[in-house]
Amino acid sequence: MGRNNTFLVLLLRDLKLAYRQRAETVLPLFFFVVVASLFPLAVSPDPEVLKQTGPGIIWVACLLSVLLSLQSLFRADFQDGSIEQMLMSPHPTALLISARLVAQWCITGLPLVVMAPLLGFLLHLDTQVIKILFISLLLGVPYLNMVGTIGVALTIGIRQAGALLSLLVLPLYVPVLIFGSHAVTAAANQQPYQGQLLWLGALLALAATLCPFVIGFALKLSCAYR
Amino acid sequence: MLQKQALWLWFHRMASPQFFYTLAGRLLPCCALLTAILLTAGLVGGLVYAPADYEQGDGFRIIYVHVPSAWMSLFIYAVMALNSALFLVWHIKLADIIARSSAVLGASYTLLTLLTGSIWGKPMWGTWWVWDARLTSELILFFLYLGYIGLVAALNDRRMAGKAAALLALVGAINIPIIHYSVVWWNTLHQPASIAKFGAPSIHVSMLIPLLCMAAAFLFFYLYVLLINARTELLEQEKRSQWVKQLVTQA
Repeated sequence: MGRNNTFLVLLLRDLKLAYRQRAETVLPLFFFVVVASLFPLAVSPDPEVLKQTGPGIIWVACLLSVLLSLQSLFRADFQDGSIEQMLMSPHPTALLISARLVAQWCITGLPLVVMAPLLGFLLHLDTQVIKILFISLLLGVPYLNMVGTIGVALTIGIRQAGALLSLLVLPLYVPVLIFGSHAVTAAANQQPYQGQLLWLGALLALAATLCPFVIGFALKLSCAYR
Repeated sequence: MLQKQALWLWFHRMASPQFFYTLAGRLLPCCALLTAILLTAGLVGGLVYAPADYEQGDGFRIIYVHVPSAWMSLFIYAVMALNSALFLVWHIKLADIIARSSAVLGASYTLLTLLTGSIWGKPMWGTWWVWDARLTSELILFFLYLGYIGLVAALNDRRMAGKAAALLALVGAINIPIIHYSVVWWNTLHQPASIAKFGAPSIHVSMLIPLLCMAAAFLFFYLYVLLINARTELLEQEKRSQWVKQLVTQA
């Protein structure tokens, strides 16, 4: 099997598995919507307030849903030994990991990004601002997924690793949260926002080049000492 | 060539557990003594001899604890990251021990920095907490330390814990500059004028010398605790080896 073929096979396998467990797959998406709609109830339904806090609310809610979607990632594959088989295969580990990261982004990341504009309307953001929100999430969510997967790979052998995973991963999310939500706030205040988006792109490029290797190493550790 | 070999030989001897255990035992009293002397000098110099600050009065004297612990909090993370790299690349077990023995003290220094910063902020800024760039970065550094400690504690297998924690420390080390500069950028957005600065570069010599004494004292205190922790960790790691058994039977 060629490399491109392997990549595609693994990608399709993950997508198929996710499709068969549709109910589980969409849960983080519902969580995203529910969390974001709690804020107007808790803070204020005033459109002016929501315009100011909306970008931050959507970004934080999105970050939490990514964290939630990470909880079950790789777990079944780790328990039934698929991950070990994957690591022992002759194909480069980073390539296989990349395939899984892309699949994961299609399954959990993309729906969040697509859902975000809807929440933007709920929180009274302008159309122009919602466009920037969409772009910022498009650049930021893959980063959240990839960096979060490092935490998953390190803690996969631990039972009840949820809280630990959050502690490991959330501090690393800070830069993306800052640049992402402030790009949207800047757009809402008619200020330049391109710089923040460029930063998000740079962080995404950094994560995309390094994460497959780091995740591969961490998964090897978890399998070696299970 | 010969010199290079001798260096490697020295390096391996240094990294051998038994040699390090004995060496650390000898260094411990020196570190304790140096800490005591420097701490006394720094405290007396800082609290008694140094003049009160023109603007801040006696309140500024908390920098003698705050600034050295802030330096140490970053320094210890750098030590951890360096040792983690040594451990992952060259599999030097001692590096792993140094990295994991440092974590709790690093977290403590970070917490001390946050607490003293907060206490200093109350009279100076009028509130216990300001989302100032340095305080915020320090808070996130504290979370990074907590994650590291949590991961080491949660993994039962010693070897796995060492490698996983080393990887985490390296990921954190790559992220610290990014986090710091993003927080600084975020801060300039919200607080155009920083109200006051700690450790201004134009500090007077009578204030600087006690500060350096305190920094050195904190460093030696770190070394002291590090050596104690590392010795304990070494005994646990090498509990099946001959020299540890001998040591136990002698005692």
